[in-house]
Amino acid sequence: MQTVAEESRIGENVLDNALESEMTLSMGPQHPSTHGVLRLDLRLDGELVLKAIPDIGYLHTGMEKLFEYKKYQQGIVITDRMDYLNPLGNNLAYVMAAEKLLDLEIPERAQVIRVLFCELQRIASHMVWLGTHGLDLGAMSPFFFCFRQREKILNLIEAASGGRMTPSYFRIGGLMMDLPAGFAERCKQFLDDFPEAMNTFDTLLTGNTIWHSRTQGIGIISREDAISWGLTGPCLRGSGVDLDLRRDNPYSGYETYDFEVPVEHDCDVWARYMVRIRECHESAKIVRQALERLKPGPIKANAPKVVLPDRDDMRKHMDSLIHHFLIVAEGFNVPKGEVYHSIEASKGELGVYMKSNGGPKPERVHFRGPSFVNLSALPDMVKGEMVADVVAVIGSLDIVLGEIDR
Amino acid sequence: MTERLHAFVEKLREKNRDWVTDVVEGHGEVTVFVPKEHIVDACVFLRDEHQFDMLADLCGGDLGPEEEPRFAVNYHLFSTTHHNRLRLKVRLSEDDPHVATVTSVWKTANWHERETYDFFGIIFDGHPDLRRILLPSDFDGFALRKDYPLRGYEPYSLN
Repeated sequence: MQTVAEESRIGENVLDNALESEMTLSMGPQHPSTHGVLRLDLRLDGELVLKAIPDIGYLHTGMEKLFEYKKYQQGIVITDRMDYLNPLGNNLAYVMAAEKLLDLEIPERAQVIRVLFCELQRIASHMVWLGTHGLDLGAMSPFFFCFRQREKILNLIEAASGGRMTPSYFRIGGLMMDLPAGFAERCKQFLDDFPEAMNTFDTLLTGNTIWHSRTQGIGIISREDAISWGLTGPCLRGSGVDLDLRRDNPYSGYETYDFEVPVEHDCDVWARYMVRIRECHESAKIVRQALERLKPGPIKANAPKVVLPDRDDMRKHMDSLIHHFLIVAEGFNVPKGEVYHSIEASKGELGVYMKSNGGPKPERVHFRGPSFVNLSALPDMVKGEMVADVVAVIGSLDIVLGEIDR
Repeated sequence: MTERLHAFVEKLREKNRDWVTDVVEGHGEVTVFVPKEHIVDACVFLRDEHQFDMLADLCGGDLGPEEEPRFAVNYHLFSTTHHNRLRLKVRLSEDDPHVATVTSVWKTANWHERETYDFFGIIFDGHPDLRRILLPSDFDGFALRKDYPLRGYEPYSLN
């Protein structure tokens, strides 16, 4: 078995000879290891994958059409439902694109809180990935430990925004509201406990020989191919490309934080695993720095025609009340123009192309989902692997179908 | 920031004056309008000579049935070495929504172009596998065109 798989990676002639006994296997859309409703058309010779054709669109909800019929501020709640493991990252990409069009300046405190939550969300997203990735490959216990950590983060998000998976916490011009009392202490408590949880995963998986043999040398994609396929995020860094938009195209003040960008050079499932594990530590580092920087201050930009006024102001000032009414009833006009803004989401480059025609509704909103692009490279990565390894490769890409299908 | 981007545009102009018909700057981004027959050459030139080795995004746009040319295809180029971004834009008329594919330049264009075809009906000549990607293969019409109604042509019913 091992030799067949190895040979097939070396020479194409094995694949050609095997074509006579080809079998088609439809994997998904209800397969638990496809992380949602992904269907793969696998052409097999025995256990060997000759060709894989992804079939997507089962979860298509027409979000990009919907954006054109909603006001700018109403679009935020749609983005929550895209990559549902990283909603705050989606919120950030969307609101920053609109802010770029509006030329808004965001106050320091709002920026710090945005960074803080995006990094917490990144850890939460990686926890779901780690748990399900382990589950796919037969390691059941990490799943429970991972979801315990994620639960703590969701509780923090809930404390601030009231929502767990659909927070819609970031608004165009700032935040929905300020942090609740005692948030910093709760967050510190989580950060203090987190390294021990990471140790558990290292014990369960990183040093586990079964895990090594299931992940090392599987799903290889070279550095050049990774760039040509447009891979971003941990998948690209697992192929030895040192690229992180938080450092290379900084936004929200990321350039002032001290963190490392983990890069691995093995180009396989193991490398992508190690990148994400190391990223969790870096994210925790950034959250700690953000907590130290939390100083009292405004959380909304000074733009009364765009940002909803405080409730207290509305009771005292006539103009605040008028602004509130106008923003809610008619929305705000965004100057003509088009922008492409991208952030480093937990899965890679999340880009938003937004075009405004001067009215309160966008003319076009397009999301460049990292999962969508990363998945398109799957056929190249699984060619010549065993069926069981397809599951490992899908897990290592960390796809979310909500974002692929949009 | 934008000076560096304009330098790339100048390089494009120097190489071939026909490649650049217009340049628009806004919000720290530069958009280069490229005639559709030159888009592949311009992309290859930027990839090979100026390290724009990644196609970050490719998306379509519709200005509405009354506009001419009606459609636009945006190519968001990115470099993994010098981290600059450049937007190339191709305008297409409704009568002839054809443009050459860039899948030979960047593999990632494959799915992006399928998506653009799926939603706008823009045809990428030479694409290896131009099928619908997100909508079902028997879907009627192109959903993101401005004249396509939000709820589709069929009256809504649960049956």
